[in-house]
Amino acid sequence: MKSLIGACAAAALLAACAQTRDTIVLLPEKDGRQTAVIVHNAGKEVTLDQPYAGAKTGARDVNGYQSSPGDVQTAFGRALAAQPPRPVSFQLYFIEGSDVFTDETKRVVDQIFAEIANRPAPDVVVVGHTDRVGSDQSNDALSLRRAELVRRELMSRGIANENIQASGRGEREPLVPTADNVSEPRNRRVEIIVR
Amino acid sequence: MSIQTLLRIATGLVAACAFTGVFAADIGQIKVAKGQVSVERGGQVMPATAGMRLQASDVVKTGADGSVGITMTDNSLLSAGPGSVLALNTYAFDTTTYQGKFDATLKQGTLAVVSGKIAKQSPEAMTVRTPSTILGVRGTEFVISAEPVTQQ
Repeated sequence: MKSLIGACAAAALLAACAQTRDTIVLLPEKDGRQTAVIVHNAGKEVTLDQPYAGAKTGARDVNGYQSSPGDVQTAFGRALAAQPPRPVSFQLYFIEGSDVFTDETKRVVDQIFAEIANRPAPDVVVVGHTDRVGSDQSNDALSLRRAELVRRELMSRGIANENIQASGRGEREPLVPTADNVSEPRNRRVEIIVR
Repeated sequence: MSIQTLLRIATGLVAACAFTGVFAADIGQIKVAKGQVSVERGGQVMPATAGMRLQASDVVKTGADGSVGITMTDNSLLSAGPGSVLALNTYAFDTTTYQGKFDATLKQGTLAVVSGKIAKQSPEAMTVRTPSTILGVRGTEFVISAEPVTQQ
């Protein structure tokens, strides 16, 4: 045993002895988007960029292989079964330059509360957005004001303050891209993410 | 009031906040906890249940019958199967710019990952490791297992 540990320590000076044998598998994206995981092990690099492309690491190497839905379920079923529900996003719209809701938005609020009721340990993220009318600075402030309005609304309907985070993204993330200073109702919104 | 007095007050405030944990930002929340699940924080081990908030440097462990599901503040989803040890080494997320940094180590066990806004904003900003491997995450879903090599 001592000699093995000694050998490992000596080897560690040259190349680290593997402490774990690892398996990595890329899963398909729900929307078919191109994605990748890059596996670095023992000075080598393996890129996984196809669904169920896998890599296994050994004592001092890493090799690609093709996995399958069945293999993944066998090896990772318990981890996948514990995956939290995906965050769901809703959009609430505002009247231009104001923090007043449009009428259709009032109906969306009911859907949001239904989603919250369906989740384990739910929390809510409120992200305010503006269109590109006005300065960046005033839009950052306006987007946060819109988010805070929605936060207060959610609190008045019984959601605890500690379960709501509010932030403002200003004009950084328009739903509809426009030139600067264009009024666009679909960008004057608050996004509510239930998770 | 002298600068020294101000500094003393400021130092006292920082110490008081550190003590009560006011500055310890939440980085995520346990949404699913089945069987035995615990969180190690600053040398203390706490049993974990759904709803518990996590902080940077927390180590989440599952027992032989346990599994756990975590949603991070950037919407990343991490879920671990039985016999897992997951260290949330580094985490930062700016909710205005979506810039951030996320580094986690699966010391042993199994882990499923759906990356979130940090990896989407900056592909280099999220890494998942085992003691032997480093993964660069390019906005994606994947699974990883780490089986400790026993020396005899």
